[in-house]
Parts: sequence; C-alpha cells; structure tokens
Amino acid sequence: MLLHTVNKSPFEKNSLDTCLRLSAPGSCILLIEDGVYAALAGGAFAAQLQDGMRARKLYAIDADLQARGLDPAGLIDGVEVIDYRGFVELATRCDQVQSWF
Amino acid sequence: MKFAIVVNEGPYTHQASDSAYHFARAALEGGHAIYRVFFYHDGVHNGTRLASPPQDERDVVNRWSKLAAEHDIDLVVCVAAAQRRGIVDAAEKKRHAKDADNIAPGFRISGLGQLIEAGIRADRLMAFGD
Amino acid sequence: MTDEATAAPPGAVKKFMYINRRAPHGGNYAQEGLEVALIGAAFDQEVSLAFIDDGVFQLKTGQDTAAAGLKNFTAAFAALGDYEVKRIYVEAESLARRGLTADDLMPLMYEDEDDDYAEKPLIEIIGKDALADLIERQDVLLNF
Repeated sequence: MLLHTVNKSPFEKNSLDTCLRLSAPGSCILLIEDGVYAALAGGAFAAQLQDGMRARKLYAIDADLQARGLDPAGLIDGVEVIDYRGFVELATRCDQVQSWF
Repeated sequence: MKFAIVVNEGPYTHQASDSAYHFARAALEGGHAIYRVFFYHDGVHNGTRLASPPQDERDVVNRWSKLAAEHDIDLVVCVAAAQRRGIVDAAEKKRHAKDADNIAPGFRISGLGQLIEAGIRADRLMAFGD
Repeated sequence: MTDEATAAPPGAVKKFMYINRRAPHGGNYAQEGLEVALIGAAFDQEVSLAFIDDGVFQLKTGQDTAAAGLKNFTAAFAALGDYEVKRIYVEAESLARRGLTADDLMPLMYEDEDDDYAEKPLIEIIGKDALADLIERQDVLLNF
C-alpha cells in the first residue's frame, strides 16, 4: 500500500486528478502545501475527492491548513488532519511514497 | 527506519524545501535516520552560503547546515545540476577555473549516483518538488 | 562528473520507476529526469520509465529544437534500450486526452539478450488501472 502526496492546488494543476486516477484502492493520500485546498467542502473538487475517498484514506497537514486560513471544520468529511509527526508515521506505515507535484 | 529525501526546488520560490526540512526534523525526532538529503534541479540553490534572507524570515540554507551539523546528515548537491546553476565548491572552482566558490557548510557536491544509491539504501525515498 | 561509479550494495535489487509528467522543453525537469535514468543504469537495478500527463509529449516524434535554441535531449531516448531499461510505459488515457496515438511516439527498441538479441519495442501503452497496479509494486519512485 502506497502513500501518495499531493502538493498542488487542484484549481491550478492536475496533480490531484492524476493521483486519484493512478492510486490503487486502499492507498493513503496526504494533502500538503497547496494540495490542502482540494479538501474545501464547498470547493469544486469536493465531490471528486469524496468519490476517491470511498476506497482511499485522506489526510491533510495541519500546519499547511493553518497557514492558509483553512479551518478543519470547513473540509469535506473524513479528512484526517495530521502534523509532521503523523506524516512520518504514515510514511513508515506505507510501503513506499509517491509524490505528485 | 532510514529515510532518503530529494529536494527538487530552491528556497523561497516554492515550499518544497520547507516541507522537506520539516519532514526531516520530524523523522529525526521520531527516532528515525536520514540517510541522505539530495538536492536536484533548482534544489541545488539550497546549498549556497551567499544567501542573506531578511532577519525576520527563516534562513532556509542555514537551517539545513545546522541540521546537518547537529545530526551528521549527508547533504548532497547534484554536480550536473550545480554546474548548470553556479553552485560551486573548492574542487569545482578549481576544475572550472572560477573566481569563487559558494557552497554552504555541511553540503557537498557529488554525482547523481548518490541519488540512486540513496534509493537503494534507504527504506523510503521522500521527494519534495514543484 | 564525480564518483558516478559508486557500486550498488551487493544483493540489493530494487524496482525503480521514473515517472515523467512534464512536457520536454518548457522546463528542465524532463531533461534532468532522463539524466537520472541514464546514470541509474549503472546500478543494476530493475528500471522502468512511465510517461503520464504532459510527460507523453517527451516521446513525440519529430522534435526539432534548433530554432528554439535548446538542446534536443530527447534524442537520447533512443539510447535507453542500451541502458538496461526494458520497459517504457505510456498511459493510454494521457495519450488519448492529448489527441496522440502510438504512431506519434518515437519507435524505441531494445535488444532482448534473453531472446537471441531480438529487437523488441521498448514502449508499452497501458491503461490507468494496470499502471496504478505497477506503481503500487515499485520499491523506489522518482518523479520528474
């Protein structure tokens, strides 16, 4: 099982779209940097992300949410907010890591 | 667990180097090892000691140097990418007859083979880029 | 180049996949990605390349960079077969989305030493689910 990271806003680049297309069911996806914008509940990618989350677990970095003024309460349901310690823990728990820039 | 980290972007223009640094710190605090940090593409710009960021901003280069000194981490700047972008150590200065070098403390310039070798040796390879 | 000859640790053979998602000439990621693949060949690992999204444009036939004043590094793709790279995967969906077909891609070949050095095509066009499965089975993933 892989950990996929996405660091780009889906409003700017297709990294999230490609990640969802090419990540096997059961994968973990971690949103970092501008990737966290994808998880906005009222955003245009909420439905696509929630569809992908039926077979995948979604995480977001707390520091990147805070830096951008995003309250976890405003994110789609089921996103687990983690810190860098959690990121490290996730990387050890998954077999390998694939970064989508 | 042994981590290798690749940084593909320079300081300040992108967040990649910051994220890589925070990951490295958290990994070390979690009792893991950093086998190597490899700077590639514009990431080689993390290795210049001539940067002088404003006092009230993070010092990206110095932060890597300090981390390397404190935890004995191998910071490797890719030679091919460095030559293109003007990151120079004493040996490169001599080889290419430049009038100065600019490599920051704790960094060394070496070949792309160091990236492949890190991929082989480390348990996980983490890439931070743009 | 310095110390490229660093030997691989004995016994360690990992599956390396180089994932290329950028168009070739507007940025430097593609060229420096290919350099990694060529250097990596000296390490006797199991190497494949995947071309996804705009990365498929790297393999387009007929690239002529002379007028743009750029180095046409994509000519080096023809040498990949001599560098122990046995498989180049191109995602079918990325290709179709850009209006390209297999005929638009360079006819890259390799000699199969296990089959009397028969010339075989290096490029395999595969669908997203098969590619996702392949990515899942790699030991080292490098992105360019």
